[in-house]
Amino acid sequence: MNCEGRKDPLNPCLMTLSQKANAFWAYANPKKFLTTTERLLPFIWVLSGVCLATGLIWGFFFTPDDYRQGATVKIIYLHVPSALMAINAWMMMLVTSLVWLIRRHHVSALAARAAAPVGLVMTLIALATGAIWGQPMWGTYWAWDPRLTSFLILFLFYLGYIALWEAIEDPDTAADLTSVLCLVGSVFALLSRYAVNFWNQGLHQGASLSLDKEEHVADVFYHPLLVSIAGFVLLFIALVLYRTGTEIRARRIRTLLARERVGA
Amino acid sequence: MPDLGKYGDTVMTAYAASVVLLLLLVGLSLWRGRKVRAEMTRVEQRIKRDG
Repeated sequence: MNCEGRKDPLNPCLMTLSQKANAFWAYANPKKFLTTTERLLPFIWVLSGVCLATGLIWGFFFTPDDYRQGATVKIIYLHVPSALMAINAWMMMLVTSLVWLIRRHHVSALAARAAAPVGLVMTLIALATGAIWGQPMWGTYWAWDPRLTSFLILFLFYLGYIALWEAIEDPDTAADLTSVLCLVGSVFALLSRYAVNFWNQGLHQGASLSLDKEEHVADVFYHPLLVSIAGFVLLFIALVLYRTGTEIRARRIRTLLARERVGA
Repeated sequence: MPDLGKYGDTVMTAYAASVVLLLLLVGLSLWRGRKVRAEMTRVEQRIKRDG
């Protein structure tokens, strides 16, 4: 079909796009979201378990020691994926917060709320494994290095975000304020990602993975690391979908109880 | 079990801490999910019954 030069509202190409957009926003309907995710979740749980087990077992049992870091290199299969997810979880919260602020879809605000504890745990794993790894390599568990410090600030932002949700009774006001906090925190999430590029000083090494092939770790570590990252990504998706479903149900309970009180 | 040499404790601590945190996260998420689902069913049934 030739769509060029046809700008009238009945243009079938435009209608198709509009229908596609509508199909996407249909998932903002809580019922549609719950029925779809309940069908998908078993597969995502299983896939995440398989990828995590494969990546970690492969990395732990079947990769050699690094010539400089010895066996501690095996921590990479936990540290890098969790750090990646810590930053990307906040980015996902940023997108869903923007959707809430612009389009007022409750599911998106609840998805951001559901993702925060997952991001918090990912940040904690990244900080803990980094400290444990740092001790034998740097001679200290902690240093006020740009990347470590920006990650600590990201961790505090996660705590503040969760606390703000809990502190405000009206869910719409809580969603508004947490969305604004999320926008501010995004600066630190990005800073955590690019801190090593902004400041050259510090103990933390450069990126282990990048689109630039020269920065990659050796293939023998890279392949199990990719599988492990896939496992963490899938686990994050499974947890966020499941927890969003829980938040939707908790919201429905509050609505039903409020209606009951008004009707009584 | 691979030979982790002098870094055995370091590697095992990192893995143990991460696995515990991940299991806690998954376990608590599933526990709360089931609790909320049961609560919603209970509230819906009660409202249906009482009209």
